[in-house]
Amino acid sequence: MLDRRDMLKRLGAGLALGVGLAPYKALALDSVTMPFGNGERPLVKYPQKRPMIGITSRPPQLETPFPVFNDGPITPNDAFFVRYHLADIPLDIDPATFTLEIKGKVDRPLRLSLEDIKAMAQTEIIAVNQCSGNSRGFVDPRVAGGQLGHGAMGNARWRGVSLKTVLDRAGVQQGAKQVVFGGMDGPVSDRTPDFAKALDVDHARDGEVMLAHLMNGRDLPFLNGFPLRLVVPGYYGTYWVKHLNEITVIDSTYDNFWMKTAYRIPDNACACVEPGTTPTATVPISRLNVRSFITNVPEGAQLWRGGKILKGIAFDGGTGIRSVDVSVDGGETWTDTRLGRDYGRYAFREWRMLVRLGAGAHELKVRATSNGGEVQPTEARWNPAGYMRNVIETVRVTVS
Amino acid sequence: MTRSVALALATSIGLAASVCAYEPKEATAKPRSYELPRETIEFKPGPNLDVVKNNCLACHSADYIATQPRGPKFGKDFWQAEVNKMIRAYGAQIDEADIGKIVDYLAATY
Repeated sequence: MLDRRDMLKRLGAGLALGVGLAPYKALALDSVTMPFGNGERPLVKYPQKRPMIGITSRPPQLETPFPVFNDGPITPNDAFFVRYHLADIPLDIDPATFTLEIKGKVDRPLRLSLEDIKAMAQTEIIAVNQCSGNSRGFVDPRVAGGQLGHGAMGNARWRGVSLKTVLDRAGVQQGAKQVVFGGMDGPVSDRTPDFAKALDVDHARDGEVMLAHLMNGRDLPFLNGFPLRLVVPGYYGTYWVKHLNEITVIDSTYDNFWMKTAYRIPDNACACVEPGTTPTATVPISRLNVRSFITNVPEGAQLWRGGKILKGIAFDGGTGIRSVDVSVDGGETWTDTRLGRDYGRYAFREWRMLVRLGAGAHELKVRATSNGGEVQPTEARWNPAGYMRNVIETVRVTVS
Repeated sequence: MTRSVALALATSIGLAASVCAYEPKEATAKPRSYELPRETIEFKPGPNLDVVKNNCLACHSADYIATQPRGPKFGKDFWQAEVNKMIRAYGAQIDEADIGKIVDYLAATY
């Protein structure tokens, strides 16, 4: 029998057996251990959040415990991951006096209250927000940065106003090239570049990019950007600016640290280079690649011989999931799984399949194919920042 | 009060109650404060600990260091590159004389 500590470590390793959640909820957990070197993390309790995997405390970075992804396709607000870059985060916000400023190359600069924003035509989308460096702890050879497991992702129903609606009201001027987004969080030192991100003006006006004030029907949790955040469906979380209070239309390409130096990927089809080498040219990170996970069997699980239902999730950067295949023999043979309800092309897509397992050691693998024809790679791709990991995931189990 | 008026009143009260119950969002009118848990992580004991605390903790907690990969490839060169990044990219103002001390501490302790 597992002792408590082992149980905790298994939970952290990505456990989600049916029985997994009961002890998770019942125990006062102290730590989890990710299945990579120096992977022990505290479980921490923050206001508005259930116990989360603590990555850093100042600024706060919290990872979703993996069993949450087995509970359903929507990630609950109190389990949604948190990522900040800079430690001067807003801790007192008055929604009655909060304003969003729209300025720069616009005919009518605007200053909108939250009530103004809520009074505009509302739109809704279910979309995955995934950190660029999700799963960085698994990158081999290892790289510097937030050493995340697979839990820096989440899928929520976002509601708010389309950015296009706001930009049209302000009147974007001829020659506008990009739109810059700034939030209330900032650096401790004024020598540190303030966090701001930019999108091309056509992307910003595509009707899907949204200013969201509701997440799964409730106000955004404080640490997820209350009272307003940018939602960029299909794009990595770095663009989903939190505590959004400043939108600036510019007629140039924005070149602050966060666009020009950070969050860059190799400028080639695989966004990868030979491990340990430096790319010759880079571009800003953009769309999510295709990924899939088994959510109900953790690494190292001991299973009984016979029938077993495997289940999990898949998603991509916005074409939607065409198929998910599973292998129980280390990738020799693959079988098509049954996909769950379609919540839209930006959402988690659940899948499940009944497999028969004989006694012995097995490598369970899951491989998603997007409607755009993108398939997860067999071998992990590498880049210096450890972004965009999407190799076919493997779960090793023993059957008896 | 006639029975029908009472019924209408009860219905409208019921409606009002259900509308309120439906609107957790309306709570947004109140100012909100968020209290972060106390920071408990500390740097491990090691050489030049005071120099490290004075230079690094202004901007971030010690777990930024403690969670980084370990092993032979994550020695002095790795930590020198990280300290350089703090100075060049993030504008950390570290005295020239302290840079080596910080790198030595990080390489020896983590």
